[in-house]
Amino acid sequence: MYKVKVLIKRRTSILDPQGKAVEIGAKNLGIKNIKNTRIGKYIEFDVDTTNKSTAEEEVNNYCKKLLANPIMEDFEFTLDEVK
Amino acid sequence: MKNPKFGIVVFPGSNCDHDAFYSLSKVLGYETTFIWHKDTDLKDSDVIILPGGFSYGDYLRSGAIARFSPIMDSVISFANKGGYVIGICNGFQILVEAGMLPGILLKNISLQFVCKDVYLSIENNDCNFTRGIEEEKILKIPIAHGDGNYFADEDTLKKLEDNNQVVFRYTHPDGTISDNYNPNGSANDIAGIINKEGNVMGMMPHPERSCDPVLSKTDGSLIFKALVNNILN
Repeated sequence: MYKVKVLIKRRTSILDPQGKAVEIGAKNLGIKNIKNTRIGKYIEFDVDTTNKSTAEEEVNNYCKKLLANPIMEDFEFTLDEVK
Repeated sequence: MKNPKFGIVVFPGSNCDHDAFYSLSKVLGYETTFIWHKDTDLKDSDVIILPGGFSYGDYLRSGAIARFSPIMDSVISFANKGGYVIGICNGFQILVEAGMLPGILLKNISLQFVCKDVYLSIENNDCNFTRGIEEEKILKIPIAHGDGNYFADEDTLKKLEDNNQVVFRYTHPDGTISDNYNPNGSANDIAGIINKEGNVMGMMPHPERSCDPVLSKTDGSLIFKALVNNILN
């Protein structure tokens, strides 16, 4: 079995108003040097197979077809074998 | 030919399904039926409405999960055969997630949920959803959304413009188009688009909420009436 951690990031070419709004909070807190806040998603799950390439293929499919929307998001993931 | 029949898909979390049913059946007098999202039968509908709301709680992204509901395979093959589909608000988000229309709807640039009347110019009055509506008419129709900021890459936007697929743009009541009247940051002030074939339309404003004269606005009904007339003729 593999434990998977997926990071989904909004493409840099697309404005992230949520990140900007959150950054205003940092300024209000007096935290002065925060810049370029961008908000994405972190998703974790398991893939129940012992075959690494099968696991990678399924994770890729899951990310491309559902977890991320390629029009606005990029994704990356790591696989860790669980014994 | 008899009037076309409307089928309104009900997803878990749809909340404008009854508004659409009320406007189409009680106000406009069209035969209308609800279709449960787990069914696959479109019940002989001639027009499918994907209504507004928060299907699946907007989890992951608005519309991202609803597109996998069993009914969507039927809706896609219906559309591929030329059937008419209107996605309103969350319905528009479902259409783009399903790949039936290009682009995506991002969070409003203000980050706020915006609920108010807006004004729309009809940019394409030669499609079946608008043909017959008085020329130069500016439609007053409400919006109510948090994710209505239409985005597509430059190539896609150019294709939409070149193919006349932009149906509605946000505008001033006098017809002036500028970012000042754009409530959500949408690219090119886009409020509604159609597919290339002209039978699938998505729009963020809610025409079903401006049909009943008791609400003091009825411009939304012009879109449904235009479609019915154009299907009959």
